[in-house]
Amino acid sequence: MNGTIGAFLALGGSVFLLLASIGLIRMPDYYNRMQTGTKATTLGSILFLLGVGVMRPEWLGKLLLLVGFVVLTNPVSSHALARAAHRIRDRLGKLEKAVLAVDALADDEAAETAADRSDTDAGNGEAKHA
Amino acid sequence: MAETVFLVASGIALLALVLAGLRMALGPTAVDRTVALDGMTIIALSLIAAWAWFSGRGIYLDVALVYGLASFAGVVAIARYLEGGLK
Repeated sequence: MNGTIGAFLALGGSVFLLLASIGLIRMPDYYNRMQTGTKATTLGSILFLLGVGVMRPEWLGKLLLLVGFVVLTNPVSSHALARAAHRIRDRLGKLEKAVLAVDALADDEAAETAADRSDTDAGNGEAKHA
Repeated sequence: MAETVFLVASGIALLALVLAGLRMALGPTAVDRTVALDGMTIIALSLIAAWAWFSGRGIYLDVALVYGLASFAGVVAIARYLEGGLK
């Protein structure tokens, strides 16, 4: 019984992993691919690892460690990637045009440069565009 | 029952890995390839846990943890490199 529950949890997680990969294939530009490729894989891997943990309860501690690791590191790496893509968007634009309707990060950077104050501690709007 | 369902789940995850690899091969820009690499490492981490269950050896979970650490460091390093040098 326990094994069946865990197997179905893992099945749901693998469906989320597959949806993330289909999104990677079908989304039009790299900002959209970034969104689908990082959020859905996080949820999918959480469900998959928890499914394995339900099937083998003696591994649950180590698998929860893995889940916590994925939850902590995957948003950080995707944020670093998104910031890098935003910084080099002019160079990338020659290859593929990723159109942003609203670009809050560029607005914030422009405002920060225009203000030119020393106490720029607030307003580091790291908006990740979908 | 449980083993069959889990085998199907692992197969679906493997298909997801192949599709992400297709985006990594096709991807027009370096950012696309790096996003695909990020997704592939997370899927591969799940598949290592699945292999640990199939073989019945818990030591593979340590392998998955170290693999996750290395892939996280790799993706962040690539992002910094794309940003314009490892400063």
